[in-house]
Order: sequence, then C-alpha cells, then structure tokens
Amino acid sequence: MSVVLQDLIFSYHDHDTLLNISRWEVAAGEKVFLQGESGSGKSTLLNLIAGILPATSGQITLLDERVDQLNQRQRDRFRAGNIGYIFQQFNLIPYLNAVDNILLANEFSKKVKRNGIARAQELLEQLKLPDSVWRLPGQSLSIGQQQRVAIARALFNSPRLIIADEPTSALDQKNRIAFMTTLMDLCDAYQSTLIFVSHDPTLACDFDRTDVLADINRAGA
Amino acid sequence: MFLKIAYKSLVDRKTSVVMTLLALIVSISVLISVEHIRVQTKESFASTVSGADLIIGARTGSLNLLLYSVFRVGAPTNNISWSTYEDISASDEIKWSIPFSLGDSHKGYRVLGTNQDYFRYFSYGAKHPLVFADGREFSDAFEVVLGSAVARELGYSPGSEILLSHGISSADFNLHKGSPFTVTGILEPTGTPVDQTVHVSLQGLKAIHNSAQYTGDPESITAFMVALKSRIGVFSLQRTVNNYKAEPVMAILPGVALSELWQMMGILEQTLRFIGVLVLLSALLGLSAMLLSSVRERRHEIQLLRMAGASPFYLFLLSELEVLLITLAGLCASLLFVWLAFALGQGYLAGAFGINISADIFTLNTLVLSLIVAGSASLTGALPALAMYIRARRP
Repeated sequence: MSVVLQDLIFSYHDHDTLLNISRWEVAAGEKVFLQGESGSGKSTLLNLIAGILPATSGQITLLDERVDQLNQRQRDRFRAGNIGYIFQQFNLIPYLNAVDNILLANEFSKKVKRNGIARAQELLEQLKLPDSVWRLPGQSLSIGQQQRVAIARALFNSPRLIIADEPTSALDQKNRIAFMTTLMDLCDAYQSTLIFVSHDPTLACDFDRTDVLADINRAGA
Repeated sequence: MFLKIAYKSLVDRKTSVVMTLLALIVSISVLISVEHIRVQTKESFASTVSGADLIIGARTGSLNLLLYSVFRVGAPTNNISWSTYEDISASDEIKWSIPFSLGDSHKGYRVLGTNQDYFRYFSYGAKHPLVFADGREFSDAFEVVLGSAVARELGYSPGSEILLSHGISSADFNLHKGSPFTVTGILEPTGTPVDQTVHVSLQGLKAIHNSAQYTGDPESITAFMVALKSRIGVFSLQRTVNNYKAEPVMAILPGVALSELWQMMGILEQTLRFIGVLVLLSALLGLSAMLLSSVRERRHEIQLLRMAGASPFYLFLLSELEVLLITLAGLCASLLFVWLAFALGQGYLAGAFGINISADIFTLNTLVLSLIVAGSASLTGALPALAMYIRARRP
C-alpha cells in the first residue's frame, strides 16, 4: 500500500472537526483522482498526508511507514525523499532559475545527488522545456512552463508518491491536456503513485480510480 | 543553495534592501568613527609628551595650560618672566627644563620659541626623542627648524628663506617685515603637534618683534617643561611652584591634567556613544521591519520550501542569514567609507586640531564593535525570523 489513512481526525484547535476519515487507501502505483470542492478540506488533507500538519488523531501510513508517529523533523525528511508535490500555482521560487528550482528537491532529502544539475537538466529535456529558459528566473517563465518545472522537481528524487493539488487550474485548455499527458506518462515511467486533487471531474478520465472527498470525509456531513 | 536562496531573495527585493543598507551604513559609520576618534584622540594626546614631569606656566586652569603649551590649542593667557624661569629651573632637583614661547605663526602654523634643550630633551610617545630628517638644529637667531608637516605642506627644505609674522592668523597683513629666517633643519614625523610647529630660538622670536634688538635673554616666556632627577620630588616641587611668591605661576602634572580632560570628555563620549547606539538600533529595527513586512508576500515561497522538505527552523535561519548578509555588506561598506574619510581628512584634523587620527581603523576595537553590530543585528533579526518560522509551521 502506498497510502493508508485509518481513523484520521483533524481539526484546527478549538474549531469543528474538519476531517474525519475512517479508512482510505491508495495502492502502490495507483493513480487516484480525488474530487473535492474548494473549502472541502482537500488542501488540509494533502498537508496531513505530506506531513506538514500533524493529525489530531488517527494513523497515516505512507509506503509502510507510520508517519504520524514521526516527529516533525523526521516527517520533513521523509517528505523530501519520498513525496513529490505540485501546487496549483506559485510552484517556483520567483527569483531562482528553473534549474535551481528543481535542485530545491536535492536540498533536503537524505540521499543528496552529487550530479544534481545534470539530473535537473535531463528532466527539463524530458519535459521538453527549451534550454533557453533553463537559466531564467522562475518569474519570467510562462505558467505552462512553470508547471512543467514543477513536475520536474516533483520527480527529481524519483519519489514513490506524487501529490498534485489542482495543478491545471491556472492553465488554458491546450496546456492542460499537455500537462495531464506528461504527468501521467512520467508517473508510469517512474512507477510513482499519484494522488491528483481537483474540483473538476472532467479531468478524471485516465485515472485508475476516482474518489469524492465528501464521500470519504464524515466530518461536516 | 542556502546562501544562494538568501542572496537571490535579497537581490530580488533590491530597492528596499538598498534603502535599508544605506541606513545601516550611516549608523555603523557613525558608531565606528566615534569609537575610533575617541580611542585615537586619547592615544594622540597621551603620546604628545613623555618624560616631562611638570609643566609650569602663568596661573590659569590646568587644562588651559596643558592645551596651549603642549597641544598648541587656544591662546596663552599670560606670560611668565624669564627670571622666574631661571629661578625655578636652577633648583637642584631638576634634571632638565625646556622653555616655550608661543603666540606667533607662519602661514597658519604656530611658531614656538625655545632653545637647544628642546631637541636634546623633548620626547614623545614611548620616550622617542626628536630626530632630524634633514639638516641640524638652529644655532642663530635667524635660523628655524620645521616640523615634518610644515615642511611637507609648504614645500620647504634646508636653505629655504621664510618670513615670520606676529599673531596667529595666516593673513599676511601684520607680517614683521625684514626678518627673513633660514631653514636649517626638518624633523622626522612624530604624529604629534611638533609636526605642525615652526621652531625658532628665543632670540629669533625677539627678532620677529624687533629686528634690531634680539640678543640676550627674552623678558618672558609662555611656559616651560621640567623633568626631575627623582620623580619622588614631583609633588613637593609642584607645591613650591604653586606657592611661588614673586609671580603667580602654577605647575601641572601632564598625566593628571590629561585625565581631567578625559573626565570632562567622558560625558561627551558617553553621549556620542549613546547616540551612535540609538542610530544603529533604529537602523536595525528598520531592517527587521522591512523583512517582517515581506514575510506575508513570501508565503508561497515558504510553503514551497516546506513541501520540498525544509524544516521551519530552516526558514528561521534563512531569514537570519539575510539579516547577516545585509549587515555584513553594511559593515564592509562602512569600514571602507570611514577608512577613506579618515585617510582624506587626516591632514585637516592634524592641521586644525593638532590631533593625529590614524586612518588605520582595522583594530581589535573595531573588530569587537563589528561583532557587536552583527550580534545585535541577529538579535533584532530574530523577530522576522520568528515570523517566518511561525508561518512555516502553520500553512
């Protein structure tokens, strides 16, 4: 199993329970589309899985490791090495160039790659980013290019789990299709598990499974 | 990468960073200059005279006597008669004495009337005697020995003929006509007011005022320095001089008068220091405010670094590193600026105030000061760093 959530409860202190998930699983190599409206707690759920937020109670098992039992520092390390994350937008540090933005993935993992720059450039090539923009600061890349650099960074450590949070919502139709194709292909190539979160059910084709967050989450029901 | 992120993020915000940096440079420069001047003035003053046990002159404030006799600052209030000088310096306890007669100038440089004992006994700093760079001491009324700065600034060399004027203004209207002096010697630089002084014999000084009648002893002198055979007798001689019946005179111990000067300057020093610290504090708070206000706009950056695996503490350190980079840049620029300012202003300070300030600001004292600046910068920088940390913990 890649992801197992068991009796997961989360609330920001003194607020109502935001998430209450009795069990949710994602098998290794599976591509899951998780559909949720904005404000349904999906970003919170992703922050919990990524280990940025600690769960109020319950178990989170990633790649057979009980991450809820790790301390914050260990969770940060675990995330750096095993999870690739793609945001909706603002995926790049605006003043660092594309290569350096990818190399951020090499900064915090336990196994630092020595030939990081070569690896980053290889990924940029795979993602068909013209080499004229490799050394440009992130803020001067188009949104489509930025999202492709984000995929490159997410894949840098060949993580077994990739989480994408509405990564296409800032893209136009043409770029959206290109992005989805690339992401799917590369997840196959790297045999990564993919959790793809979106409010837009039209993106759900090509996934192994579609879950609706409102069905999984018993809080607020 | 850590350093790269910090550096590039600062470059990305260059407008506000440069403004903050300027504020920092101004404040650090003030602090370093005040501290440097303070230390150097003390050193310069303390090294001006050594070996003399007492300075004796007309009754006035002890500081006043010290300032005009040794530092050529201010004007002598009154002279003492030659007979008093002869009487006191004839005392058995006295090893040597040097008469000083002041009140005239040459192109803005003070003229000192004295005798050959000056070149024999006068010493400065760690008991360095005066050494001739060129030529010899004066032996005639119309011969003159120049301090190194006078010779350098006015382009004189042994053999040059100069005119000396009465009074201490550099204007030429009350020039004593018809008494040309010949330069016979130039002294090595000493870093004391000696460098700014034109030395003539007491007879030469008489000649400036009356070129026809200059032989024999002068009627009066401004002050004189004495050294005793045994320093134990200093206080008893001082008492004797202070009770001298024929004329109101006083004797001061240069060291004691200097410490009186420091005491007087102490409040001023502390005030300047305090203002320097306040200016620095306000610049550092400005730096922190600048960084604090940018924490909000950096939330995506923080989120991104967190997802890549950065701990909240990494973001705390990142913010602190940015503070240190700015402070370091500020320190380097300030040191360069102050060094340049002193290197260029040195001559003016020496000429106008008789104080020798070395441009060499790279002392242990400056290092300590720089460390204090860096330390307080990291302290005030902890505030925006903490804001980064908190934002990193709670997405």
